[in-house]
Formats: sequence, structure tokens, C-alpha cells
Amino acid sequence: MLAASDEDGGFHAPSIAEFFPEAILFAGTPFEFNRIHLIRIIAAVVLLTIFVLAARRAKLVPGRFQNVIEMILDFVRKNIVEDIMGSERARRYVPMITTIFVTILAFNLTGVIPFLNLAGTSVAGVAILLALWVFVAYWAAGIRQHGFFGYLRANMFPPGVPAPIYVILAPIELLQILIIRPASLVLRLTANMVAGHIILVLCFAATHYLLLEATPALKPIAALTFVGAIAVTLFEVFVALLQAYIFALLASVYINMSLEEEH
Amino acid sequence: MPAADHQVILAAEGGENDPLQLFIPPFYDWFWSAVVLVIIAVVFYRMVLPKFQAVLDERTAKIEGGLAQAAKAQEEAAAALAEYHQQLAEARAEASKTREEARAEGTAIVAELKTKASEDASRIIETAHRQIEAERQSAAVSLRAEVGTLATELASKIVGESLEDSARQSRVVDRFLEELEADQSATTSVKEG
Repeated sequence: MLAASDEDGGFHAPSIAEFFPEAILFAGTPFEFNRIHLIRIIAAVVLLTIFVLAARRAKLVPGRFQNVIEMILDFVRKNIVEDIMGSERARRYVPMITTIFVTILAFNLTGVIPFLNLAGTSVAGVAILLALWVFVAYWAAGIRQHGFFGYLRANMFPPGVPAPIYVILAPIELLQILIIRPASLVLRLTANMVAGHIILVLCFAATHYLLLEATPALKPIAALTFVGAIAVTLFEVFVALLQAYIFALLASVYINMSLEEEH
Repeated sequence: MPAADHQVILAAEGGENDPLQLFIPPFYDWFWSAVVLVIIAVVFYRMVLPKFQAVLDERTAKIEGGLAQAAKAQEEAAAALAEYHQQLAEARAEASKTREEARAEGTAIVAELKTKASEDASRIIETAHRQIEAERQSAAVSLRAEVGTLATELASKIVGESLEDSARQSRVVDRFLEELEADQSATTSVKEG
């Protein structure tokens, strides 16, 4: 494979350019519309269609389709939000966390769908928006619970710490609630999707090159990269679920930390 | 076929102004991902989904069964309640019937007693009347006998006085009449009493 990448233009090595396709509309303006935006719109339409259909057809006795949808919704409600916050606090935040979870899941899954082949979350925009939403939610929860200065004090000066330590601890904690939490949400999701896409492209491109263009001696290696492509695709589906889960889980954790009496 | 594919790729990679490139990913990307997805889909359709669907169907059946059972239980409860209400109504009807009968019987008993009492009363009155009549008759008989005696007495008295003077005569007659009158009133009072 390394040898392959050294050869001529036949092998397409994935690069960061993958994530910046050419504009379809409004090139050069802040409203530039490219393939990723198209993918996001398609994913959003499909997601809405599925859930609106499920809601319209919802019956007391669920069929297969409704069962699957209910499993997703129950998973978010019980295994994420209620597990972390308790069912009383959870009621307020279940809609928000559910929205975050299914949005990220849908946008992640576009990465393994043919003709889309790029996760809607593989550039940071969506993740930034969702992280901002989480940021506002946990600040609002904290301020409502403790008041503005109360919230700051609870976070920056946790009890049970020797006074001199606060010199280091307070700025770190402030940085934590201001930047580190939302930024880590964004980076974790985006980096995972970028890495996943690059590995997928590598497998696909290598298979293609080895099978069709490389010297006959190299062709059997294509089987290896193809099996790799299957494995990575499955892994990407898993990562899509995992990242949606982690984002929703951390959002719940951050909101719950704001609501705790003693930090 | 591979040759044709190859040309498509070259076209896609070479032409910056190919409008299709804006909308779909490079050929190797979508083609191989489609192949991979088809393989995964086949495995899922053959092995994973049937099991999963069986679980889902089982769950649906279980929920349906549970609902049916609940409905049945409710139906039974409703039936039992209806039966209970019916029994209660029957018992009430029976009780009121018994009460009604008792009342009617009581009325009958009272009426019977009243009739009997009035019969008794009229019989007593009858007896009293008959007794009074008998007494009256006996009084009349005894009076009649007494009047004879008195008349005889008076005659003897008139004869005994020898009729000395008209004054004495009239005195005797007056006394007799007085006696007679007194006797008469005594008899009357006895009869009325």
C-alpha cells in the first residue's frame, strides 16, 4: 500500500481537501453551499420523515417500525438522561438530548451511505451549534439553580480544597465551563468523523487502485483492503452510534453538574 | 466493464468543471462503499434481521396478548359487577315484595279483627236489647197483675168506708189515684232504665 501511494496519479490518497468540496451555490460568500450542506439537508429530511411517520402511525401496540423507533427514544430517555439526572430532572431535558442524539446519529451515518459518503458532522458546523446549545443549557441551569455568582463560585471554588490551590484551580475550572467542555464536544465528534472518513476513503481508494490499476502481483492485496473496507464501514456505524451517545451523555452530565446542590 | 469505470474516474478526476462532481463523491468512494454496504446488508438480511424481527414481533405479540388479557379481565370484572348489581336488585325487589306482603297481611288481619269486633259489639247490643225487652215484658206482666190487685183493693176500700160523706169519698179516690200515679212512674223509670 505504501508502495502504491508512491506511484502515479492512479491512486487517490485521502487528504483534508475531502472535507471542503467545491461550492454548488453561492461560491465565495458566507452562504456557500456545497456537497456537505446537501448531505446535511438530505439527512435532516430523512430523519424528519422517519420520525414524523413514526409519530403519525404511533399505535398502542407497536409494530416493527414503531418498536425500533421506540427503542431509540427509550434508549435516550432511560439509558442516557434518566440514568444521569434521575427521572424528575430528566423530564425537562429529554427532548433536547433526544434531538441532539438523533441529529448527530443521522449526520454521522451519512458517512457510510453510498453517494453521500461523507458524514454531515465531519466539518465542525453542526457540532459547534449543538455544543453551543449544550453550553447555553448548562449555564442556564446553573444560573437558575445557584444564581450567576453562585454558579461561578460553586464551579471555581469547590469546597474541601486547601485555599492556595484555588489559585490554580479557579482559572482551570473557569476555563473548563467556558471553553473546554463545549470545545471538547466539538473536537471529539468532528475528529472522529474526519478520521473515520479518511480511513474509509483509504480503504476504498486502495481497493480500487490495487484491483484495477496496480501490477498483477499486487492485485491479491485488494482482497485485504476490501475486507478492511467492510470492517471499517461496520466500525464507522459503531462510531456513529458511539459518538452520538457520548455527545448526548456528556451534555446530560454537564447539565446535571449545574443542577447539583454541592459541586 | 473495468475499463469503462476507469474512464469515468478519469473524467471525474480530470474535469474540474464537471457538474456531477459537485453532487456526488468520487467514483471509487461511492462504488466501493455501495459494494461494502450490499455485503453488509446481505449478511444482515440473512442472519441478523430475522432474529431481530422475531424479537420485535414477539414483543408486539406480548403487548397485544397483555392488552387482550387486560381487556378480558376488565370484561370479567364488569360482568361480575353487573351480576352483583342484578343480584342486589333482585334481593331488593324480593325484600320489598316481602314487605308489601307483610303489609297486606297486616291490613287483612286488622280488617278481620275490626269486623270481628264490630260483630261482637252488635251481638252484645242485640243481647242487651233482648234482655231489656224481656224485662219490659216481665214488668208489664207484673204491672198488669198489680193493677188487678189494686183495683180489687180500691173496691174493697170504697166498700169499707161505707161512703159516709162525699168529702171522704173524694179523698179516698184522690189517694188511690196518687198511689196509682206513683206506681206508674216507678214502672216507667224501670222500663227506661
